[in-house]
Amino acid sequence: MTGTKARLGPLAGAALAGGLLAILCVVAVGALVMQAGGAEGAGAVLADPVVWRTVRFTLWQAFWSTVLSVGLALPVAIAVTRMADGPVRRAVLALFALPLALPQIVAVLGVVALYGQRGFVTGLAERAGFDPPSIYGLTGILIAHTFFNLPLAARIMHGALAVMPAEHERLSAQLGIGPLARFRLVEWPAMRPVAAGAAALVFMLCVTSFAVVLILGGGPRATTLEVALYQALTFDFDIVRAVVLTLLQLAVTIGAVALFAFAGGSVEAGMTIAAGSSRRFAGGRSSGALLGGGLTLVAVLYVGAPFAAILAGGMASDLTGLIAQPRIQRAMLTSLGLGLCAAVLAVGLAYALSRGAVALAARRRFSGGANITETMLTSAPSLILVVPPIVIAAGWFIALRTVTNVYDAAPYLVITINAAMAMPFAARLIHPAMLAAEERNGRLSAHLGLAGTARWRLVTWPVLRAPLVAALAFALALSLGDLGVIALFGSEQVQTMPYLIMQRMGAYRTQDAAGLALILMIMTMALMLAAEHFARRSQTTEPEGNSE
Amino acid sequence: MHTRPTVRFLLPLLSAGLLASAVHTASAAETLTVYTYDSFTAEWGPGPQVETAFEAECGCDLRFVSVADGVALLNRLRLEGGNTDADIVLGLDTNLVAEARDSGFFAPHGISLDAVSVPGGWDDDVFVPFDYGHFAIVYDTETIENPPASMAEFLENEDGHKIAIQDPRTSTPGLGLMLWLKKLHGDEAPDAYAKLADRVLTVTPGWSEAYGLFTNGEVSMVLSYTTSPAYHMIVEETGRYQAMAFEEGHYLQIEVAAQTTTGAENPLAAQFLSFMTGPGFQDVIPETNWMMPAGETSKPLNPAFDALVEPENSLLFDPQTVADNRAAWTAEWLDVMSR
Amino acid sequence: MKGLPVTCDGLKFRYGADAPPMRFDCTFAPRTITAVMGPSGSGKSTLLSLIAGFERAASGRILIGDENITAHAPGQRPVSCVFQDNNLFAHLDVATNVALGISPDRKRSTEERSRVAAALEAVNLAGYDARMPGSMSGGERQRVAIARALVRERPVLLLDEAFGSLGPALRDTMLDLVADLQRRTAMTVIMVSHDPADARRIATDLVFLKDGTVAAQGPVGELLDGHANAEVNAYLGSQRVPS
Repeated sequence: MTGTKARLGPLAGAALAGGLLAILCVVAVGALVMQAGGAEGAGAVLADPVVWRTVRFTLWQAFWSTVLSVGLALPVAIAVTRMADGPVRRAVLALFALPLALPQIVAVLGVVALYGQRGFVTGLAERAGFDPPSIYGLTGILIAHTFFNLPLAARIMHGALAVMPAEHERLSAQLGIGPLARFRLVEWPAMRPVAAGAAALVFMLCVTSFAVVLILGGGPRATTLEVALYQALTFDFDIVRAVVLTLLQLAVTIGAVALFAFAGGSVEAGMTIAAGSSRRFAGGRSSGALLGGGLTLVAVLYVGAPFAAILAGGMASDLTGLIAQPRIQRAMLTSLGLGLCAAVLAVGLAYALSRGAVALAARRRFSGGANITETMLTSAPSLILVVPPIVIAAGWFIALRTVTNVYDAAPYLVITINAAMAMPFAARLIHPAMLAAEERNGRLSAHLGLAGTARWRLVTWPVLRAPLVAALAFALALSLGDLGVIALFGSEQVQTMPYLIMQRMGAYRTQDAAGLALILMIMTMALMLAAEHFARRSQTTEPEGNSE
Repeated sequence: MHTRPTVRFLLPLLSAGLLASAVHTASAAETLTVYTYDSFTAEWGPGPQVETAFEAECGCDLRFVSVADGVALLNRLRLEGGNTDADIVLGLDTNLVAEARDSGFFAPHGISLDAVSVPGGWDDDVFVPFDYGHFAIVYDTETIENPPASMAEFLENEDGHKIAIQDPRTSTPGLGLMLWLKKLHGDEAPDAYAKLADRVLTVTPGWSEAYGLFTNGEVSMVLSYTTSPAYHMIVEETGRYQAMAFEEGHYLQIEVAAQTTTGAENPLAAQFLSFMTGPGFQDVIPETNWMMPAGETSKPLNPAFDALVEPENSLLFDPQTVADNRAAWTAEWLDVMSR
Repeated sequence: MKGLPVTCDGLKFRYGADAPPMRFDCTFAPRTITAVMGPSGSGKSTLLSLIAGFERAASGRILIGDENITAHAPGQRPVSCVFQDNNLFAHLDVATNVALGISPDRKRSTEERSRVAAALEAVNLAGYDARMPGSMSGGERQRVAIARALVRERPVLLLDEAFGSLGPALRDTMLDLVADLQRRTAMTVIMVSHDPADARRIATDLVFLKDGTVAAQGPVGELLDGHANAEVNAYLGSQRVPS
């Protein structure tokens, strides 16, 4: 890898990576359009009131999910940032990184175990004399979506606050600015662009949400385009309808994202798990700190509880018996193997794109002026999230069937699609570190004539080792939880952990499924924490600034 | 340096991922390829025993390729555009038969159907039944003590107990329930759907989510099969979950297999279809697929099966009627259920 | 706002379990300018952070005047700070940034507005009220920060390398401005700097730190003339004699 990378110019490499992603999307949509063989029937789809009802509901639930997730994440992010740095805050931030990597189906089971008709929380509420409403419908969707996205948004916004100049915080303290005025004067201006970016990202994830809406929606009333798309592609096998729904979904998500971008944010911002570690001054015990602490506690309980439910469900199963089964061991290995390949590819793509962006940034410092290519290279990672994986999968299925046996291609497709979806997150970890490394060492390396393998070994690798490993683990964890793509290609040959969970649920074996979910959760958690660990190490290895 | 152990740890995983894709490229000369749904080939499903039994009989290699469910089976053939490896497709149900026939992917079986026995009889030149079941509402005896004795009573009941059903747009049992009510109520079906809607907690995309909610105690009733209690009685040794017997009759699902046009050139395909109707295959079905055998078994079924609901009336639309009306009926259902 | 003496009495601090311990014992005379110097990592900024309340000492006392402020929150301490950078909120105009020294409220009384104007005039930025920090030079931004310190009317002003990133001529101008303001207001000024020329230009006293402790303190002239202290001499090198 190092050799080719060295020979390949950074811009050519980035173009290659970008081209690969573009091809991935264009071929898929193209194949679907070709298969549909014309726009006949497209009009019928668009004239169908059910479709528009679905669009309305999709936007409706995504809007409220976004408002709730980002709105609640705002005070949580501030409270977490105001917390003194230490093991407690680190644990909170690690917990907040977990839901992102949890398979949706597993999380949904956890949510039902807590808030369902017979759920733990529902039981408590009933004993306390309340009559909690049913979660099936918008409520359930919102609960599950906030569970996934509140911590994500909180982390993104905490990231923005963490890189805020430490002097600002000190000034606010010295000038005696109270919590509310501080939010208005200091924190909100720093968070605003990032909050808009977080909102765009959350909205995108909610529009394309699949399992959550399928199971918690409560009926045909609550159907998103992604569900309708799945129905069109599987049960009805109506390709025209699928294509029209796909384009509609693309239009809806791109439109929404553009709107958010217009509101002052960049989607690419903040998708990182590396938390800032600038030294906070030791604040006193004000009422604001107590309120913040209480808020954080509530958020931690809210995010942590479904994990506890999954743990409890899994412990009741025959865990050792499950792990002893060869088929499950093979699925764990397949999951890890496919996930690892996807992660390596994701990191490779992210590396290439980041390298191109960094090279452009370095060039700009001499020539000056804003650069559209650079902006595109840094925002390309998030654009891929707009395209639903199921569309890419179905399109490639059709495109490949004339060329090869789709079964043979399935693992490669699974790898590529998962890699594409994990890449934005990997890029977020690699790009800042690479930019810092370039700024610190770029001129010196050029001056000393270091290039190719030598430069990689002596300069690049020591600095990028930790962020690269962290990105790898993070991408791996994200791919492990994937079900959507696997469901379309799932076969005897490619049995992953999420696939086995679904299979066992489909054959009366709910207990086994709970056990497998726990195993998968532990695998994912271990990887997330490893990523956290490496991401933190990559920060502490950077030399101290001017803070003697 | 600790980079090396990391690499040593990662490499086997990497090769495992690559091997997974290379496993099935090896194939013997005498091979029969069967596409089926994946719970059929699971280690607890009929697949492994059927494979052993048939391979002993034919001296060939039986290869299963599995997809998610019966609907995905037909889609797989459509996605493959007629250029398929499958000799046999096993696991379509009666509701898909007409569309499957129209697809042109299948060839006549050419075997005797004398051994086949399903409610209402069977006569078809392409599709061969291998098991059947009746849809039923399964309930938890710990929360429901007096189950309704008819569909009418179930729909009118206002005891507050909720049911999880499946969506007819994504699930075979969901389609079954819709057809069940359509068969009973004809043009009045929307009224029945409206009454049903009041009793529904949630509509899931597939059987597993609904049944998972049921066994987790989230709902007291679920749409499933008359045979579901047999699993709990035999494997879990509990009589807690039982099916409601409705006097109007129960809608029938028959699962069938057929040879593809590819399979028509493989003599093993017809041999397999014959084998499928005999005891070597049928013995395996009840306690692995949890459905009723569609042919003779070599010994009586487990007594638990005698305790199951045995509908006197089997309700069934003919496949062509379903194919012709599915879209309109689903729209009608959707209209009522989304209110 | 008459300057008060600042006393650090057995002030112990360390950044972490594996960081070197620091201990400060020193006194800053009232109504004078004291320079704090020392090699990188000797604890100059830490000492200022302790006085301002951004860091908490493990033990020891900080007195300003007669008052023990060791446990006070930063906002309750009678000090103002000017940092090397990021002294202004980039999204707020100059007048608002200065007015933050009086109160964070949106509305300002006429009296407050005239105080802000007077402070801006004192730092030679009259009429800059509506300018945004992004459109100003580094020196101008530091002047705004000093204007804010003026409206705060606290007896102690802490300058943490406040002019470190400015060019020599501009730096001298800013130092003269500080000296001038100090004379007019009689503040106690504590100024961290790298450059002995800064201290020679405006400071009366010098506190010299090394390895987290006070290695020497006394009048600037004595300590910098090359005879008083070996540690200081080693730090100064060839700059022992003023150029």
